[in-house]
Amino acid sequence: MTRNNELRRREPLTDTQLLLTITIGIFFTMYFAAMLIWGGGFLRWQQVFDMLNNNAALIIVACGLTIVMIGGGIDISVGGVTALVVMSCIVHMNNGGSIFTAALLALGIGLCFGLAHGFLISYLEIQPFIITLAGMFFARGMTTIVSLEPQKIAHEGFKQLMDTKIEIPWLGYIAKKGNLIPARMEIGVVIALVLVLVVFLVLRFTRLGRNFYAMGGNSQSALMLGVNVKRTRFYSYLISGVLSGIAGFVFMMHTGAGNATNAAGAEMNAIASAIIGGTLLSGGVGNVIGTLFGTLTLTTIKAIVTTSGLRDPWWQSITTGAMLCFFILLQSLVLSIRSKRRVKKTSPQPAPAENTQ
Amino acid sequence: MADQVKKSSGFWSKYSQLLVPLLSILIILAFNFFRCLIIGDFTFFSITITNNNIGNKVLTGNLISILNGASELAILAMGMTLVTAACGGQDISVGALAAIAGSMFVKVLRSGEITILTILAGFVACCAVAILFGAFNGTLVSVFKIQPMIATLVLFTCGRSVAYWINGGATPTVESPLITAIGSFIPGIPVPTPILIVVLTGVILALVFRFTTLGLYTQAVGINQRAARLNGINTTWIKLLSFMILGVCCAISGVIAVSRLSLINHETLLLDVEMDAILAVAIGGNALGGGKFKISGSVLGAYAIQALTITLYAMKVPSTDVKAYKAIVIILIVIAGSPVVKAKLSQLWKKIAAGKVRKEAAAG
Repeated sequence: MTRNNELRRREPLTDTQLLLTITIGIFFTMYFAAMLIWGGGFLRWQQVFDMLNNNAALIIVACGLTIVMIGGGIDISVGGVTALVVMSCIVHMNNGGSIFTAALLALGIGLCFGLAHGFLISYLEIQPFIITLAGMFFARGMTTIVSLEPQKIAHEGFKQLMDTKIEIPWLGYIAKKGNLIPARMEIGVVIALVLVLVVFLVLRFTRLGRNFYAMGGNSQSALMLGVNVKRTRFYSYLISGVLSGIAGFVFMMHTGAGNATNAAGAEMNAIASAIIGGTLLSGGVGNVIGTLFGTLTLTTIKAIVTTSGLRDPWWQSITTGAMLCFFILLQSLVLSIRSKRRVKKTSPQPAPAENTQ
Repeated sequence: MADQVKKSSGFWSKYSQLLVPLLSILIILAFNFFRCLIIGDFTFFSITITNNNIGNKVLTGNLISILNGASELAILAMGMTLVTAACGGQDISVGALAAIAGSMFVKVLRSGEITILTILAGFVACCAVAILFGAFNGTLVSVFKIQPMIATLVLFTCGRSVAYWINGGATPTVESPLITAIGSFIPGIPVPTPILIVVLTGVILALVFRFTTLGLYTQAVGINQRAARLNGINTTWIKLLSFMILGVCCAISGVIAVSRLSLINHETLLLDVEMDAILAVAIGGNALGGGKFKISGSVLGAYAIQALTITLYAMKVPSTDVKAYKAIVIILIVIAGSPVVKAKLSQLWKKIAAGKVRKEAAAG
């Protein structure tokens, strides 16, 4: 017991915490560097809020994906489900539905996808990649079946909801004419941040949350310790499905228009955010706060590329790819150095006390 | 008697993997047969010889277009099977890599007059580029021990932009009868050229597996990496090699795809093909977690996917909606192949068989 305590004192950070610290550190370094070099928009709080406004849906989707990835799975249907929710809700509201029923519809679609994925993956033991891939195809195909033409929202109440912005005067800036322009935040951002907090609390303090980590770390040992692995896995896909439903609603509140190519590539962006945030695809390691910062890091890179004058259309994704590569390599190196050191530390002490028992 | 059982079980274990893709193809064709029976029109199965616009005699028909259309997918599925077997993960950048290779091919062709020599030079150049990028993916996976899906996510994110960059931001065309010959028909040969390329690639791969230990080593690495290393296999090199072979496959399919349209569009060239290729590997009965593999299974899987697509087109399903129906069929196929369902079915089968034996015993 005392030896255990000693070890803990010597190595205060777990893998999850270390990767989280690295991500947050790199994000702030990058942002401050951008402030110093380019100034301008980066000096205003509105830049941060814009980043959040534009990516609220992505943050929510990435939260669900983080849970699935911590549990050792993968869900690539999230972008498709988001697009389907946007399209069906807009068509529903344009045909006389209310906001409330649209929200229910969004939740329902997400729930259905989550239930189907969870059942097929955990109880029929089919590979998650294939099932969620089929889910993505299905959702994308259904989106065009619901409507092939781009749809624009015509519901008055929803338009008001879209235009409602939370104004924060003390984070605003003084424009050239001398009037104060407050920082504006959309309602979707509040939803996203609340969801991040909820998911964080669930992962940290509930039995279900700890079970996700146990299952992702080693599902066999989790099973032997009495975790209901199948049910836990089922829940992880269920949560991811519901969250992508909510993300669809938030996406709609941001854009107000439905298109068959909505949220295209959102799944890969969400996976990239989670990875930059320190979640390992192998499972067991990850943090939803990191995912939030991962999304912000990705958008900061894009903002930096556009402000720094690399206007050719290919630079944005090439730099994103390079940054992703950098983060992946960094994580791999950090983790491998740590595991080597751990082996060195533990191997010369064969724990004789335990043998005598 | 015992010997016979053993033999049949050996045969069974060797080829049982091909059962799922073969059954899928058969079910799709049978479905078409009944569909034709109902509407009383069997043109779906007819193969006719017509003159194309250059005046060649060529084979046309839905069955030919299934074989022809699946060419790129089949070639990619061959490489993907190797990567899956060796690394226990999938490469999601094959579409992007094919776009890069296609761009390189077009860039070389546009630098001078198009002759057989420049086409060969272009092919060598695009193979070199694809092998380079494949080696990049492979290094991330084998040296830095990153999961394949994440390692290839890098190229997936930026690959198509790199392709755009290579051609300086345009969608250039390459017009030449030689390019058309690669993309559709060689004068005098009625079979579409992509089919011949698939056969050639397949034969080369089969010869490689027949005369080298590559297949055995790949399988060993996939089943148990540590054991393979302790037995003296260079696991890093095997993994790297599998990615480089996949790179060559991407180059070949990129060249075919470019030649079909005589132009390169970096955004749409082989879009979403990575998903189909992984699916082909899965339908082919290969474990996505690595280990034992059968390339023939994946190729059959690729043809099954294309047969499904062509069937849906023949049923006048709009091309944008095809994905939804495809998803349903995919889910049905994987449910049928799921270990849980298989175990339940075999239990049921045993019960029935036991009942029969008991009945026979009672009768005897």
